[in-house]
Amino acid sequence: MPKIEISHLTKYYGRKLVLKDISLNVEEHEVVCLIGSSGSGKSTLLRCINDLVPFEYGSIKLDGVSIYDSGFDVRDLYKRIGIVFQAYNLFPHMTVLDNITLAPRKVHHTAKRKSEAYARELLSLFALGDFADSYPEQLSGGQQQRVAIVRAMVNRPEVLLLDEVTAALDPELIGDVLAVIKDLRKKGMTMLIVTHEMGFARDVADRVCFLDGGKILEEAPPDQLFQNPRNPRTRQFLQRIIEAGRL
Amino acid sequence: MSSKRPAPLKRAGRTLKVRDKYGPAVISVTSVLIVTLIIRAAVVHAQQWPRIKAQFFSMKAIIEVFPNVLKGFGINMSIWAVSLVVIALWALLLAVFRSLHGPWFAPLRVFSIVYIDLFRGLPSLLLVLLFGFGVPALQIPGLPRTSLFWGSAALIMSYSAYAAEVYRSGIDAVHTGQRTAAKALGLSQWQTLYYCILPQAVRNVIPSLLNLAVALQKDVALLSVLGIRDAVREAQIYTARTFNYSSLIAAAALFLAATIPMARLTDYIAKKDRERRLQGAV
Repeated sequence: MPKIEISHLTKYYGRKLVLKDISLNVEEHEVVCLIGSSGSGKSTLLRCINDLVPFEYGSIKLDGVSIYDSGFDVRDLYKRIGIVFQAYNLFPHMTVLDNITLAPRKVHHTAKRKSEAYARELLSLFALGDFADSYPEQLSGGQQQRVAIVRAMVNRPEVLLLDEVTAALDPELIGDVLAVIKDLRKKGMTMLIVTHEMGFARDVADRVCFLDGGKILEEAPPDQLFQNPRNPRTRQFLQRIIEAGRL
Repeated sequence: MSSKRPAPLKRAGRTLKVRDKYGPAVISVTSVLIVTLIIRAAVVHAQQWPRIKAQFFSMKAIIEVFPNVLKGFGINMSIWAVSLVVIALWALLLAVFRSLHGPWFAPLRVFSIVYIDLFRGLPSLLLVLLFGFGVPALQIPGLPRTSLFWGSAALIMSYSAYAAEVYRSGIDAVHTGQRTAAKALGLSQWQTLYYCILPQAVRNVIPSLLNLAVALQKDVALLSVLGIRDAVREAQIYTARTFNYSSLIAAAALFLAATIPMARLTDYIAKKDRERRLQGAV
């Protein structure tokens, strides 16, 4: 049984069709990258999976159970699927430690000492041990994004969604964040990654999906998709990326 | 180098003369002084000045009435302080009602919208008269019957409508990404508001709220129409007895002594807040 099973997903924003009949399975421990130009529906697809935005038709199943199933506790869903955003979205008035332990303490009612101990453990694992008591604005963009990853990891999610996590970073800070994601892959994390970093997608993905106009036009292992794309739109997209020097 | 020696007067390598350093300040002070003296001379030499002085600035009258006016001013400031606390809390609640999502909260949302439209659209004086005279006249058992209570309530209701709108602008100004992040962590609507949105919103609107506090500081004088013996009422009583208006000037001085420092404090906090935001934007 696939970890995530998306079938015939269709989503409208008002009257605008943004996702057209999308079907995609993600196996456990698999890393799937979603690529495509802006407005192709990648981020919306990601946000549908953990119910941040509603969809109209089709279904999304986690371990075979629809996320719209009445027996599915939403808090359980948010615990099992973590998400990291492009703009980090850390809470600026809280310390790094409070940012990370907010959900364990207030949503999952873990004891403060226990959740802080685990948060500190994760922080040092991600080379952020010294920043537990800092505020987000005192950190660099790359550090903030790594804190955001820790915040998503602290609930011990089964799936991690990454939404263009390096798009807002200075080029010299991207490497640190990508290294963290590669590390998570080694540990067997199931991940769905929206990215513009084609080199990274090639390194880290088991499968790459090319989205265009709300549809998955091509889905293949990275070597095949990047070296021998079948769809003319994919070829055109990759050609432009190569011309821009990003691959 | 000896630490006692004054710092050399230099700017970008150029040696500055004493004139360059103190010149601007000296010119500012002298020019203001000269203009003031000219205006003063014009006023004092005006034919009507002695009458104006006797009518409005009689030291004798001011000294005589001051203890009463000061006592009344104490009432003004107590009403102000208590109202401030109630307004800050009640307006926050109204703003929270208005920002709640979901069909179950529709009654609270509608209540908040109607309340704000109503009380923002009515003159404070009208509300003070309506509540201060009207409600005590009903003689409802179990409710306070003093016009002090109901007059203050009218001010609180009126100002809460404004303050609620200020809070709401603060809530709206918090980036949507914060709500999304809180939701993705599993926080409920209330938890999102309480832990993530409100702390940021309140911090953002403190300067605007302080501006309202300054406005309220003078508007508490509206309660004098109810016969409450505040500073303005005490001054009026004296005026009615002696046909001398110096008592009102005494009350005016007291209000200025309270509002000007408050306005300066507001400016200072607003400036700090602006600096904080600019720093955050880097």
